[in-house]
Amino acid sequence: MKAAIVAIAPLVALTGLALLSPQWLVFMAMLALAKGVVVLGLLVLMRTGLVSFGQGLYFGIGAYAAALLSHHLHVADAAVMLLAGAAAAGLIAALLGLLLARYRDIFFAMLSLAFSMILYGVLVKSAALGSTDGFNLHARTFFGVALASGVERRVFLIAGAVCAVVVALLVHRLLGGHWGRLATGVRDNELRVAYLGASPYRVVYVNYLIAGAMAGLGGALAALAVGHVDPEMTYWTTSGEFVFIAILGGTQSILAPFVAASIFEALRTIASQYAPNVWQMSLGLAMLAIIMFLPAGLWTLAERRRRSV
Amino acid sequence: MRPSLSFGLCAALAAFVFLLAVPASLAQQPLKVGIVTFLSGPAAGPFGVPARNAAELTAELLNAGTVPAPYSQKGFGGTPIELVIIDEAGGPQKQVAEYRNLVPRVDIVIGYISSGDCLAIAPVAEEQKKLTVLFDCGTPRIFEDASYKYVFRTGPTGTMDNVSVALYLVERTPNVKSIAGLNQNYAWGQDSWADFENAMKTLKPGIEVKTSQMPKLFAGQFGAEITTLLGSGAEVIHSSMWGGDLEGLVLQGAPRGLFEKHKVVLSAGEPAINRLGTRIPDGTILGARGPFGPFAPGTDLARWLKTTYQDRYHVPPNYASFKMTQAILGVKAAYEKAKGSGNEAPDQDKIIAAFENLTFEGPGGPVKMALGKGHQAIMDAAVGTTRVEGGELKIVDIARYSADKVNPPDGVKSEAWIKSGIKK
Repeated sequence: MKAAIVAIAPLVALTGLALLSPQWLVFMAMLALAKGVVVLGLLVLMRTGLVSFGQGLYFGIGAYAAALLSHHLHVADAAVMLLAGAAAAGLIAALLGLLLARYRDIFFAMLSLAFSMILYGVLVKSAALGSTDGFNLHARTFFGVALASGVERRVFLIAGAVCAVVVALLVHRLLGGHWGRLATGVRDNELRVAYLGASPYRVVYVNYLIAGAMAGLGGALAALAVGHVDPEMTYWTTSGEFVFIAILGGTQSILAPFVAASIFEALRTIASQYAPNVWQMSLGLAMLAIIMFLPAGLWTLAERRRRSV
Repeated sequence: MRPSLSFGLCAALAAFVFLLAVPASLAQQPLKVGIVTFLSGPAAGPFGVPARNAAELTAELLNAGTVPAPYSQKGFGGTPIELVIIDEAGGPQKQVAEYRNLVPRVDIVIGYISSGDCLAIAPVAEEQKKLTVLFDCGTPRIFEDASYKYVFRTGPTGTMDNVSVALYLVERTPNVKSIAGLNQNYAWGQDSWADFENAMKTLKPGIEVKTSQMPKLFAGQFGAEITTLLGSGAEVIHSSMWGGDLEGLVLQGAPRGLFEKHKVVLSAGEPAINRLGTRIPDGTILGARGPFGPFAPGTDLARWLKTTYQDRYHVPPNYASFKMTQAILGVKAAYEKAKGSGNEAPDQDKIIAAFENLTFEGPGGPVKMALGKGHQAIMDAAVGTTRVEGGELKIVDIARYSADKVNPPDGVKSEAWIKSGIKK
């Protein structure tokens, strides 16, 4: 289990960060982690050659599931919320996947986008859920242990780090083995995979399910961090942001989504602080530069370095 | 599929170290005031930029000491103020991140136009223990669903906007029998319509609601909705639209006779008058979310804001400008009350104690921090009717409603108060 040993390093680093750094950095790390988990799910899907422009659907479902637990059922345990977020998203993905796994390319992308916008439309019309204003949630315990205010987000970050590392290890195992090669096969030549006796439909379906559940987990993590949910989480710009981060990092590594999400959050914050009038343009220029000079994402830098060593 | 860990960690570390360096620039001398307002997106034009302009103007003139009494002292209690301005665009999640980054860099935060942002920021402000003054967002939920120590709102809630236009309408046309609505399909539009509908039902029991049209936000084209409204037979049409949607409604509705056939109420229509001018048809009932802009009282402070703003930006200040200046002056009043005659700068707890239940003079008239245990402002409301006179748009037949007539008492939720009779 070399990968498991390697995974301890980021876990220790994140725990150190959670315990020592100022509150705002804890928050940003948590948000980056949440988005990293979603993008890692997207990567699993991309392995089969499919890009979803609708991961916001599951991100939103995860967040709302966590928030509704606290808001309507008065369950304020962070661990339950995280599980509920992933489970709710996984459930919906299991249903929608039945249909979506039949489609490829632009049709898959547009259909996934359509489903996320349907949820957005429903949430906007739900006055009881605060419509576009959304509502607050409060997680007060973790596995039944009450948390002091101020400490809670540090605990959530550690919990998030554990979740992310476990999920990353599972994905690493999955993609590194038979299943990963099958997924690549579906991407490269679906017909041949079928002739070899495997079911491309099943591969796409399972990968879609995994991606959905991971987006739900990411959504619940983000909801815990922000303490507020709103329909913007399901809007297509949020889904687009996940694709942006995936392209920023590249699709060749398990770590790339987390690094790219951290860089994205940092870039956005720095742009907002130093160029409040043109922060969107700064992000756009960064995107352009990456597409022009590093078409396979930031990870190409790491690959190049490894080759030169 | 072998991850290069060393690179990954290095890059992540570099990103975080870079971040750590960001808020280190804590200057000592002036009081730093964080200003959060829309600098981009659809809300920037009508609200965000006029508010930013007002903030820059007010800060500069406060530091110069040229603001009329009772704000003639320089800065806040003699200490100059410095603004740190950030963009509110990007949604509540991004705003919470930016707010957390802003907190270590400033002494006070003033901002937020979107109700969603306000709802998300308030609990974070409480957690961060940072005095945060919301200046524009309208939802009454902030202090009705929770109570805060560190959060204040110096602008009145959206409740009185629609209660006051309903009162105005019933006074002018006591026999009104039917209403219809055209509002944007998001929280603001839904809440505004619900308040107006409930207020009309309370004031005129048995009133008929012909139709409520809810096109999606920023649709821009309202051909189908206007047709439905024209065929609805409603006497009154209520709309809380703003920005490009409001301009679209006026420009598309006026040529089709929407404003002639029906009494149209634009509950937040004031920011459009600077852009549309005489194209707003005569007889339109207009609100400004408080006594702002053309509804401002004839005080020195109102005249000062109007003339200095007009001189610098070549347009009159709209309600967003008024509310921003009002928020800054409110903080100044609390700061100076807390400081008293001493020389020491008051700490945050003292400023908060002074701010609670404070009554101060804003450019729109007296502001009472009367709701939400002394954290939420109420003000008089004003409503008027448009009329073009000599090629210029005028607001005539202005009615004023005292603050406690159009706002619920403390501790009562707006919706229940409207439904139970709009009484003290």
